Amino acid sequence: MAVGNPNRAKAEKGIIRWIDDRFPLTQMWQDHMSKYYASKNFNVWYVFGVLSLLVLVNQILTGIWLTMSYVPTAEGAFASVEYIMRDVEMGWIIRYMHSSGASAFFVVVYLHMFRGLMYGSYQKPRELIWLFGMAIYLALMAEGFFGYLLPWGQMSYWGAQVILSLAGAIPVVGEDLVQWIRGDYLISGITLNRFFSLHVIALPIVILALVVLHILALHDVGSNNPDGIEIDQNKDENGVPVDGIAFWPYHVVKDLVAVGVFLTVFCLVIFFFPEGGGYFIEKPNYEPANSLKTPEHIAPVWYFTPYYSMLRAITFPLFGLDAKFLGVVTMGGAIAILFVMPWLDRSPVKSMRYKGWLSRAWLAIFVVSFIILGYLGTLATTEGRTQVAQLCTVLYFLYFILMPFYTRMEATKPVPARVV
Amino acid sequence: MSNEGVNNPRRRVLVGASLVMGAVGTASALVPFVASWSPSAKARAAGAPVKADISKLEPGQQMVVAWRGKPVWIVRRSAEAMANLVTLDDSLADPASVVSKQPVYVPGTAARSLRDEVVVLIGLCTHLGCSPTYRPEVVPTDFDANWQGGFYCPCHGSTFDLSGRVYKGKPAPTNLEIPPHFYESDAVILIGEDGVNA
Repeated sequence: MAVGNPNRAKAEKGIIRWIDDRFPLTQMWQDHMSKYYASKNFNVWYVFGVLSLLVLVNQILTGIWLTMSYVPTAEGAFASVEYIMRDVEMGWIIRYMHSSGASAFFVVVYLHMFRGLMYGSYQKPRELIWLFGMAIYLALMAEGFFGYLLPWGQMSYWGAQVILSLAGAIPVVGEDLVQWIRGDYLISGITLNRFFSLHVIALPIVILALVVLHILALHDVGSNNPDGIEIDQNKDENGVPVDGIAFWPYHVVKDLVAVGVFLTVFCLVIFFFPEGGGYFIEKPNYEPANSLKTPEHIAPVWYFTPYYSMLRAITFPLFGLDAKFLGVVTMGGAIAILFVMPWLDRSPVKSMRYKGWLSRAWLAIFVVSFIILGYLGTLATTEGRTQVAQLCTVLYFLYFILMPFYTRMEATKPVPARVV
Repeated sequence: MSNEGVNNPRRRVLVGASLVMGAVGTASALVPFVASWSPSAKARAAGAPVKADISKLEPGQQMVVAWRGKPVWIVRRSAEAMANLVTLDDSLADPASVVSKQPVYVPGTAARSLRDEVVVLIGLCTHLGCSPTYRPEVVPTDFDANWQGGFYCPCHGSTFDLSGRVYKGKPAPTNLEIPPHFYESDAVILIGEDGVNA
């Protein structure tokens, strides 16, 4: 048998051996679990990847169950969600697991991304991990947007109206593009149907595929760590990194503790604060969609508000382009610029532990700006708030634009050869 | 398999031609998928014109009818409001409706209407499509201390006068759109067709 890798690991005997002769089961187990070595100095920031995976499973499972009772039509959608909440046995908990799960997804993903920024996890040779991760983030935002229309409440409807109108700001083709996406002259049952299809089939497939690529890329180059030391530079006689410990069972058991803590908090939210104080499910969404009346105050769900703030912050025309189009460009640019992170950071070291104070200060400014923008995005605009949002938008972009300069200028501390 | 006697240029032409044909075929196969997202025949039929009876519309009142599912406002403005409209030009972004969307037979005057005091507008903000609220009273408001009456968009704060003309320095780029419409009789407006104006 000359096909496949003749040297691959195989079990001694039994059913596993039978499988191993036909499928690289033991080899895969070793590559990704029992002989995948990750640094021994992982801290709490390293649990959010696993938690993202957990929430993904939660979303898929509860999503499948919701689809069993949900009716994707303009006439039936709102009532079917209430039917799930009131009449379906335990339907309420499945729906709250899904709606709170969406917010939980973004919480863990934002923390996971912050970890990457802090410890330079996007740096060579992990650029592709970062790019796949950013693609997941983008797909996740689309997934959240399509999903939010499905309850067919007032905020579903007008939120989608505002976001879809963004595409209308594109010169020349904008209006036709929006009509093509809606499939109607306004957001209607036709739009709802196609968003449902994208939400339950198209994007989940894309996200799952990207998650596989993200993990394959990670397991090929190995995990980074809080010191930014490449552990495969120091291997023992068996080729095992001396500062690494096997993912199975050591990291898995540690991650189980995080899973326990996460589920405790998650259950508290589901049982006691399922609407998240109006941030997870907004109050106008308890009113059926009405195409003739806009709610008093429109705000997207919290995980979109930083970008929404930037959109609103652009109130002036520039270079002959109108404010509306510039706002859309700014919003798109804020997400796009994250993709090129690996090429903006010119620092010789990865981790904030060994970078200089400029890098630390800018990271802090970036995080504070992002949080302020997120908060402002949930509020109505006033002149003062718009000015603050403008300032934070500028700081957000400066973090990236100045990065090639301050990461090269600053003095860095020497990185130890070994993890201590 | 031997590579002897292989005609390489011929092989390149064949590979290239196959690739091009494959790409053309794939692109053609996309047509039905892209086309199926356009408004269906049913959606287009639902976009038919609607009639509005304005005989009971009093001065100062607004009525809302749905055309293609969008709110269409018909407002009969009072005599004072009409007199006030012509004084606002300096604070408006596009007072003569030059860049704004309206049928050619609707004059670009302060009234923006076929019959003086009755204006017909699509009630969706030209910024991001929220539906502004009708605020006809000339009283100071929390969004404008010198409010002259008009429409206020709750989403991003754009303001419009009673002819749907946008004020300067607001996020909305143009005046509210005016749909095609004509008077079937003195009391009935048909919205969605140019009718006798065409």
